[in-house]
Amino acid sequence: MQRDNLAVAGQAIQEAREHPSPWMIVWIALKNHKGALIGAGVFTFIVLAVLIGPLIYTIDPQLTDTAHRNESFSWNHPLGTDNLGRDMLAQLLSGGRIALAVGFAAMLLSLGVGTAVGVIAGYYKRLDGPLMRLTDLFLALPLLPLLLVIILLFRDTLRAAFGPEMGIFFLIVFVIGITSWMQTARIVRGETLAIKEREFVLAATSMGTSGLHIITVHILPNILSPIMVSATLGIANAIITESTLSFLGLGFPPDFPTWGRLLFDGANFIEITPARVIWPGLAISLTVLSVNYIGDALRDAIDPRVRNK
Amino acid sequence: MLKYLSKRLFFAIPTLIIISFVLFALLDLAPNDPTGNLPLTIPPEVREEIRDSLGLNKPFHIRYIKWMEQFFVNEPLNLIEKITGLEIGDSESRLRVRSWTSRSPVVDLIVERLPQTLWVVGLSYVVGIMIALPIGVISAYKQYSWFDQIGTFISMVGFSVPTFFTGLVMIIIFSVTLSWFPSTYDTTHVVRDLPSLWIQVKQMTMPVLVLAFFNAAQLSRFMRASVLENLNLDYVRTARAKGLHDRTILLKHILRNSMLPVVTMIALGVPTIFSGAIITEQIFRVNGLGQLLITGIQSADIPLVQSLSFLFAVLIVTFNLLADIIYGILDPRIKYE
Repeated sequence: MQRDNLAVAGQAIQEAREHPSPWMIVWIALKNHKGALIGAGVFTFIVLAVLIGPLIYTIDPQLTDTAHRNESFSWNHPLGTDNLGRDMLAQLLSGGRIALAVGFAAMLLSLGVGTAVGVIAGYYKRLDGPLMRLTDLFLALPLLPLLLVIILLFRDTLRAAFGPEMGIFFLIVFVIGITSWMQTARIVRGETLAIKEREFVLAATSMGTSGLHIITVHILPNILSPIMVSATLGIANAIITESTLSFLGLGFPPDFPTWGRLLFDGANFIEITPARVIWPGLAISLTVLSVNYIGDALRDAIDPRVRNK
Repeated sequence: MLKYLSKRLFFAIPTLIIISFVLFALLDLAPNDPTGNLPLTIPPEVREEIRDSLGLNKPFHIRYIKWMEQFFVNEPLNLIEKITGLEIGDSESRLRVRSWTSRSPVVDLIVERLPQTLWVVGLSYVVGIMIALPIGVISAYKQYSWFDQIGTFISMVGFSVPTFFTGLVMIIIFSVTLSWFPSTYDTTHVVRDLPSLWIQVKQMTMPVLVLAFFNAAQLSRFMRASVLENLNLDYVRTARAKGLHDRTILLKHILRNSMLPVVTMIALGVPTIFSGAIITEQIFRVNGLGQLLITGIQSADIPLVQSLSFLFAVLIVTFNLLADIIYGILDPRIKYE
């Protein structure tokens, strides 16, 4: 009996080695890739700083103090102050919270839409054509002009409905999510088409399992790795897009500044206090760079051509 | 080939029509009033007349068809007239797409702004390609060497750091601190002699470099991957077995084959460059198309925004088509069904 258990356990370990689970792949990818390891460290640091930082560094980011405006580094204000005497470090931390929240939420939305479209197009042959034409259509849209137009048109309505901060948050998350799902959909469709032909799906189909059950239980777990790669790219893309919109003055309002908005406001004072441009820009760049490094390592890890070397 | 092309065209035209419909509907359904910015002293009857004169009280489908007629028939005719000097039909009374804020035809505004954008964008793309291709080839040929490592890192930085940040950093370094280059672009500057040409070069340097760096980052990685895929193929081994020099193999055999996907990539990238220009023009105050779009959006100038966004869509669809055609011409192995 015990020997049987041992044999089963041994077989499980053997199988895990041959078919590593998605989380194993993440771990292996990060372990073997120096850039990704540093990237993961930097990203964790930024997330923690933004989450915990405001609890330790309790200066109100909106507190104006005109006696101490445009200051450079000092003990009271480690990163200086802006033209109204607001503390830059506090603004950077609270801006990071919004920027990262937008990044995660928009990524989840785009991943959800992309996965749904991709799986459905891959699994149901009838819907494949129309859904892929829809994807092509979205890929042909001029995205940045469209984003700007949508935000301009619906900003005030949503602000009135959900309040100034939540309104613009929903709007930006929605427009970024709805315009960035196409790559995910294409990748997921390709993977679904491959998995669909495997024997276990055939077995499940012949037992009379419903389509929804096959998708959620048999197909989705098997295409988790490419979805995770899309997720990392999605966060990077969402953060860049949000900061671009804010930089063009059509993102978050100045009283809830994100990193992009801080950069936009700081650009007018570039000759007096260049640090106001450097810090938020560095925050955006480091976040995106570290996420991209993680994504790069993940892609290498799930690519069989690279993995088997 | 011809059959394939006509099939692609057959798909491209409905795509454009649907996009134009989406753009039109989006701007039309939005809660927005073009008379909202007018003084409050205007009485409601006059306001209603203004709305009437703008054609806002007509039903949706009529406005859409009118807009299509203006955009696809009238404006191209006007352009042809302007270029050739011929008069086609009754050009005086032809309806034109007019900007709501400046009252001048949108096409004239676009023609006025186009040269600046084309100069900055086009030059940056050319510079970007010229930087990216050699770096990509050398990185792949000497994979994992220090050159490759540094090149990979720089290209990673290049497409992670947003252009508005690189632009501002360059302004801080080269304009504010060193004062080598002007931080803004002067469109009224006329090149007459060598010194004025020098000023033109100086003011174009930073916008072009910022965009070129961003383009080069993506393209060099793509080039590297493409060369790497070719390096271990059978034909390379055959060439080596024939006793050819490594240089000949790399420059004549591998480069030609690995350029195929890269050329497609270059064609596909042209439209994204234009939207990249929206940001760069904003940083360096270049009054090109991107800047026109932003001012149009800020002043809720719907005809202008509609036309510009649609122009971007036309660019995307055209260059997608072009990329397909180039790929077919360059690679005789590809057979279109």
